[in-house]
Amino acid sequence: MGSLNLIGAGLVVIGAGLGLGKIGGSAMDAIARQPEAAGKIQTAMIIIAALLEGLAFAALILGK
Amino acid sequence: MVISKKPVRIILATFAGLLSSIAFANPVVDTTHVATAVTHEAHATTEVAHNEASHGDEHATQDPKDKVTAYIEHHLQDSHDFVFFSDEKEGKHYGFSLPVILLDNGLKVFSSSKLHHGEAVAEVDGNFYKLYHGKIYKTDAAGTINYDEHHHPTNVKPLDFSITKNVVSMLFTSILLFLMFTGLARSYKKGAIPTGFGRVLEPLIIFIRDEIAIPNIGEKKYRKYMGYLLTVFFFIWLLNLLGMTPLGINVTGNIAVTVCLALFTYFITQFSANKEYWGHIFWMPGVPVPMKIILMPIEILGTLTKPFALLIRLFANITAGHVVIMSLIAMIFVGKNIYADMPISLGLTLFISVIEILVAFLQAFIFTMLSSLFIGMAVQDHHHDEHGHEEENVII
Repeated sequence: MGSLNLIGAGLVVIGAGLGLGKIGGSAMDAIARQPEAAGKIQTAMIIIAALLEGLAFAALILGK
Repeated sequence: MVISKKPVRIILATFAGLLSSIAFANPVVDTTHVATAVTHEAHATTEVAHNEASHGDEHATQDPKDKVTAYIEHHLQDSHDFVFFSDEKEGKHYGFSLPVILLDNGLKVFSSSKLHHGEAVAEVDGNFYKLYHGKIYKTDAAGTINYDEHHHPTNVKPLDFSITKNVVSMLFTSILLFLMFTGLARSYKKGAIPTGFGRVLEPLIIFIRDEIAIPNIGEKKYRKYMGYLLTVFFFIWLLNLLGMTPLGINVTGNIAVTVCLALFTYFITQFSANKEYWGHIFWMPGVPVPMKIILMPIEILGTLTKPFALLIRLFANITAGHVVIMSLIAMIFVGKNIYADMPISLGLTLFISVIEILVAFLQAFIFTMLSSLFIGMAVQDHHHDEHGHEEENVII
């Protein structure tokens, strides 16, 4: 792995981290507002997080 | 006696329950697992037929870091024999060999013990085969491997249908699933409430049905796909958990396996798609004609990127998990002071392992969830077009 690749991997991780943070934060907000919808919000949150994660992993693997 | 009637299922239940807690992960070198390999034959590799000039000295003394990297790379790949651990000083591998099946001018079947973990040449019906970096090549009697300028072997590679470590693991999981679920099905004949291990499985099945299949595919059409969704969920979950045991199995972290699983989802989606689904792909309703032409290739590509994301996600998650766990264990061997490194390494490994148990479930859940989502998009009736569009655009 070259140093540029490592920087790229770092950028991907930063991006994924920001995205996951936003998803998690919004989900927390939503659950706090509507605790009765917690289950549905969690499911949606996990799906979006998985999609984001898939993208991040794809970038990491293709960049390797 | 209730218990005596179901010894098999009790054992299975215990096994499945203990799967994830047997040990942390796949230790790099761990002598405590001697007990697990007592029954297996040991291979004494007496001859070290090394081609020093071309092969590079893999077994010579190396930097621990390189050794760890080599070990991790080796673990992530499929192998022709089931090795639990190796004694490096004596050059012994503890495990059992598996059948090698080659298609090379007729079927060649022999035991992988003949290959001696790549250290010797196997002779079968006058042909010579050598294992090199996990692949079997046809060689001459001396086991010479020729290389091109990029150091890739140029020897003939016969078609390999071997029962490898991954195949064994998948067969084992399939048998386990078959026993568990036929047991559950049989217990419904006696009454509405399942007995034994079925009580663990029933809530999971209900969960798949009520939380995954019905909301995504719809009340009317979900039944047809339940078989696939349940199979794929439990198959991936069990294999993920099996990867967490010290057996050293990495099936769902093998891209060939995830490609196959994603292809199943792809074909099921495409073959169960209705008229409106194809209409949305080839001639998007409600947009101007130039846009329809632009959207067509994008939508066709979209059908392929969905399973692609599915396979990459599972593969990368499991691979990353294995690499992280093994790297953390490797801290013990790379570090200078073993007494300072061991507690840190073990603590971190325990932490990551617990997370990995969650990931094992989560990835199986996500795979099933997205599969049912894709199937649902293909079979649902688009009553109002705008709504349908939005849904399709969300899922990349």
